[in-house]
Amino acid sequence: MATTVDRPQSSVPPDEIKAIPVRHYGRWIAAALIVYLAVAAGWSIATNPNFEWSIVGDWLFSRRVLDGLVVTIELTVLSMAIGIALGVVLAVMRLSPNPLVSGASFVYVWFFRATPVLVQILFWGNIAALYPQIHIGIPLGPSFTSLDSNSVITVFWAGVLALGLNEAAYMAEIVRAGIISVDEGQTEAAQSLGMSRLLTMRRIVLPQAMRVIVPPTGNETISMLKTTSLVSVIAVSELLYTVQQIYAVNYQTIPLLIVASIWYLIITSILMTGQYYVERHFGRGATRNQPETPFQRIRRYLRFHPDVP
Amino acid sequence: MTTPKVKAEEVHKRFARLEVLKGVSLEVSNGEVICIIGPSGSGKSTFLRCINHLEKIDAGRLSVDGVLVGYRQAGDKLYELRENEIARERAKIGMVFQRFNLFGHMTALENVVEAPIRVLKVPKGQATAEGRALLDQVGLSDKIENYPSQLSGGQQQRVAIARALAMHPSLMLFDEPTSALDPELVGDVLGVMRALAKEMGMTMIVVTHEMGFAREVADRVLMMDDGMIIEEGTPEHFFTAPAEERTRQFLSKIL
Repeated sequence: MATTVDRPQSSVPPDEIKAIPVRHYGRWIAAALIVYLAVAAGWSIATNPNFEWSIVGDWLFSRRVLDGLVVTIELTVLSMAIGIALGVVLAVMRLSPNPLVSGASFVYVWFFRATPVLVQILFWGNIAALYPQIHIGIPLGPSFTSLDSNSVITVFWAGVLALGLNEAAYMAEIVRAGIISVDEGQTEAAQSLGMSRLLTMRRIVLPQAMRVIVPPTGNETISMLKTTSLVSVIAVSELLYTVQQIYAVNYQTIPLLIVASIWYLIITSILMTGQYYVERHFGRGATRNQPETPFQRIRRYLRFHPDVP
Repeated sequence: MTTPKVKAEEVHKRFARLEVLKGVSLEVSNGEVICIIGPSGSGKSTFLRCINHLEKIDAGRLSVDGVLVGYRQAGDKLYELRENEIARERAKIGMVFQRFNLFGHMTALENVVEAPIRVLKVPKGQATAEGRALLDQVGLSDKIENYPSQLSGGQQQRVAIARALAMHPSLMLFDEPTSALDPELVGDVLGVMRALAKEMGMTMIVVTHEMGFAREVADRVLMMDDGMIIEEGTPEHFFTAPAEERTRQFLSKIL
C-alpha cells in the first residue's frame, strides 16, 4: 500500500526571525580590557624616550643594515635549499628496503638532531683547525689537488653548510612523514597502470605528500630566518652581526636591536603570506571547496556593496 | 589450440606463515568473463593481485598471454624481472580496486590521461581526446574537471574504470568493484562493466558478490574457499544445483 505525505499548505510565507541577540557581557569586558592594554602599551612605546625612534628611523634603511639583511636572506634561501634537497634524499633513503641505506639516513638524522646547531656552527667556523687542507681525490686513495680550507670555506659558506646540513635532518623527518601519509592504494593503482617506482614517487606520491610537508616546511623556513642570526658567532656579517657592529661603536644598543627586529618581522610576514598560497596550491583536490583568499573576499564584498568607496 | 589469456597452474602464496593460496589452477580464454565468489579471506583478491604481480607467488606458474608473470624462463632457470619490465607487463592489464584509488590531486580527466602520457608516451592532445571519449563512455562527460573528492563513490569507480581502459588493456581485473558503494550506485558501475563485456568483448576476471551480474554476464563462476577453487561452473549451475555444501552455505547467505 502506498501512502503520500500530506504537506501543510500555507499561502503566507513564514516571517523572517527578528530576535534580540544574547548579550555577551563577559566578552565585552574582555574586549574593553584588551583595547585598554593595547593603548597603554602603544602610549608607552611612543613616549618612552629610551626607544630612540629617530635613531631607529636613521638606521632602518641604511646601506650597512640593508647589506646585512641581504646576507640574512641569502643564508636562509641557501640553507633551506640544501636542507630540502638533502632532506628529500634522506627521507627516500630512510624508506629503502636496504638496511645499510636506511641505516645511514637514520645515523645522519640522529647525529644532526642530537647536537646543538650553535655547536655545529662553531665547528664549521673552525673547520680549518680540524682539516687545514681539503684534498680533492679518492677517499683513502690518491689526491689530485689540495686547497686551503680557509679560502674555500669562507665564514659565509661555513654558516650555510652548518645551517643546511642541520636543517636536512629535520626536513628528512618532515618529508618521511609526508610520504607515509599517502595511502598505499595510490602506489598500487599507479603500479597497476605500469608506472615505474620513480614515476610513481614523483607524479603520484610526492605531490600528495606535499599537503602534509608544506606547512611544517614553511614553519622551518620562518624558523631558519631567525636561526641565521646564530651565525653571528662566527662573524658572518648578516643582519644581527651588522647591527652589533654598529652599536659597538655608537652605543645605541636598543634602537639598533629594534631595527633588526623590524626587518625580521617584515620578512617573516612576507614568508607567512607565501606559505598561505603554497598551501592552497597543494591542497587542491583535498577539500571540496577551497576557502577564499583575503583578496577574493574583499573583491566579493565590493561586488555586493558597490556603494562602498 | 590458442594460448589462453591467463593460465594458472598450482599457484601458491604465503604471507609469513599464513598460506593464502593453496594451489589454484585456472585457464581463462580470450573474451571470457569469469566471476570469482567466496567468503572473505578465501584468497580471491590475493589471486587477482598475483595476476598483475602486485603480489609475488611462492610456487606454481602463472602466465598471461603465454608469458610468465614477473619472471623470465631460460632453460630450466627462472630469472626475476627488473622493475621496468614488470611495469611494462602490468601496463597491458587493467585493474579496478574496491576503494577506487583515484589520484586525489588530479581531476577525473588528469587521472585518465596520466599513464597514457607518461608510460605509453601518447601525445597530450591525443590522450586528452581519448580520455574525454572514455569518460563520456562511462557517462561522466560533465565531470571531467572534478576532483575525486567532488564525486560520488559510483562516479569515482567509473573514472577508475576509464583510467584502466585508457591503457588499452587486453585483460581487466576487478577487485570487488561495487563493495564500497551505496546500493543505489552499484547499478551504474555494473552497467559500465556489462557494456565492457558484451560490446567490447573484454576478457574480465571479476571478484564480486553481485550474483545478478554474474548470472547475466559471466561465462563461468568460480567458488573459492580457504585458498582453493572448490567449485566451478556456469552461473546457472550455481543458481540451480551447487554441488558443494560449502557453496550452498555461502550462497544462502548472500542471495
